[in-house]
Amino acid sequence: MFRWLDHGKIERNLILLGVLTLITVSIGGLVQIVPLFAVETTIERVQGVRPYTPLELAGRNIYVREGCYTCHSQMVRPFRDELERYGHYSLAAESMYDRPFQWGSKRTGPDLARVGGRYSDDWHAEHLRNPRALVPDSVMPPYAFLDRPLEYGDIAEHLRALRRLGVPYSDEMIAAARADLVAQARPDLDPSGFQSRYPKARQAAFDGDPSRVTEMDALIAYLQMLGTLVEFRDVTPEQLRQQ
Amino acid sequence: MPTKIEKDHVTGTETTGHEWDGIKELNTPLPRWWLLVFYATIAFAVLWMILFPSLPIRGATGLTGWIAREAVVGEMQAHQARLEPMMARLRATTPGEIAADPELRAFALAGGRAAFANTCAGCHGAGGQGAPGGFPSLADDDWIWGGSLEAIRTTILHGVRNTEDERARQSQMPRFLADGLLSAAQVNDVAEYVLSLSGRAGDQAAAARGAAIYAENCASCHGERGEGNRELGAPRLSDQVWLYGGDKASVVRSIAFSRGGVMPAWQGRLDPAVINMLTVYVHALGGGE
Repeated sequence: MFRWLDHGKIERNLILLGVLTLITVSIGGLVQIVPLFAVETTIERVQGVRPYTPLELAGRNIYVREGCYTCHSQMVRPFRDELERYGHYSLAAESMYDRPFQWGSKRTGPDLARVGGRYSDDWHAEHLRNPRALVPDSVMPPYAFLDRPLEYGDIAEHLRALRRLGVPYSDEMIAAARADLVAQARPDLDPSGFQSRYPKARQAAFDGDPSRVTEMDALIAYLQMLGTLVEFRDVTPEQLRQQ
Repeated sequence: MPTKIEKDHVTGTETTGHEWDGIKELNTPLPRWWLLVFYATIAFAVLWMILFPSLPIRGATGLTGWIAREAVVGEMQAHQARLEPMMARLRATTPGEIAADPELRAFALAGGRAAFANTCAGCHGAGGQGAPGGFPSLADDDWIWGGSLEAIRTTILHGVRNTEDERARQSQMPRFLADGLLSAAQVNDVAEYVLSLSGRAGDQAAAARGAAIYAENCASCHGERGEGNRELGAPRLSDQVWLYGGDKASVVRSIAFSRGGVMPAWQGRLDPAVINMLTVYVHALGGGE
């Protein structure tokens, strides 16, 4: 087959070898690059998706740091068994501010794309400290060490970096990032500025102790908002259509 | 470069004709079956791209017109249509009527078991046995907010102390030590008195001192003799069932800093028929009234 393209001939002809190599590499490159030009068409036009609050973002960073994504996916696939267990299938719009996304590729534990609001804050804190106290057959490691102060001095820089990547944080949000982070974990503080910047974001003493901001606070704030931004009751099929 | 193709007499395979310092290379082609499978996978990929949505082009849905998201909607609808006759009956009846009808009850218990495993077992345990730290058992007859079918249904619908449902069951015990309502010594005394309600006081003198403090601060919710009050979600203190532990240290901590669990509201997340099934299932776990 293809006697005229015998590799013996190709290898002896530098120009032919160069041209054919270019074609082969181009195909591989195009397959990876071209779909990115169409990525806008995959984002559904649903309401409610907002950038992460500073505290949620800090929690998300802990989620990435601890490698939660290696055992938990955040991607409800459009299969009946997954819809029955977790809820509505995941939308591209729901991870449009994720840099990088946390879809994951393996479920040793359950999917977390719709975990927000399913359990109480107390449950999350207790479960993170000692998973087997609540789920006896769990194989999740304990994360009791998250009860330590959160380091958030550079949180405004995180918001600024994400804005460079296209997340719509305003100057006001970046300037108030540290105050907003504390305000969300301290329900006793004045919520007015925070609530105007991040409507409907929940303020609570996520780890049960309102007097200090811990890594536990941040991670639970992040987990409790997962999958809660889009009100699927109000979504029409038209809004879900891609392209 | 000499290109003299010769036959290697050991393997019976031809050489490539190259020779470097007396070293020759056998020309062993890929097995034919392997090559054919390889070409078949390429053909399969091309066929797949034609039949199913693969190209990032507007409107490129593939010849079959199949889209995963639409397919699963159809599948869900077909499944719901199969269940609908029973689900419609479950929606239209009260939990009391379901429990009285053998056919509905059997269906509700089976469906409730599945829904409980997915929705409730994380906090309340696989068999409703609860967990230490404020996750109440549903399998005993000690109810905080009531164990009748109607009370269980209300709790599932609206949850407890959450911020998402304005009809959630609400109650808040004061933080007696943290907010300076009682001194540390008074907290100790009243804790001894609370232990005495279930016959376990270690220090009778302290318990006697605590009785007056209890009557003034605690009895209005927890009852004169610690019998509890379901209207207020105030647990019974005179039995052996403890939500946050019944040892003295736990009781002291509950009095000093107050505790109270949060349960999400399930109205809106679950079909009303599923909530009715869960109600009947939880009621049947052992402690239903």
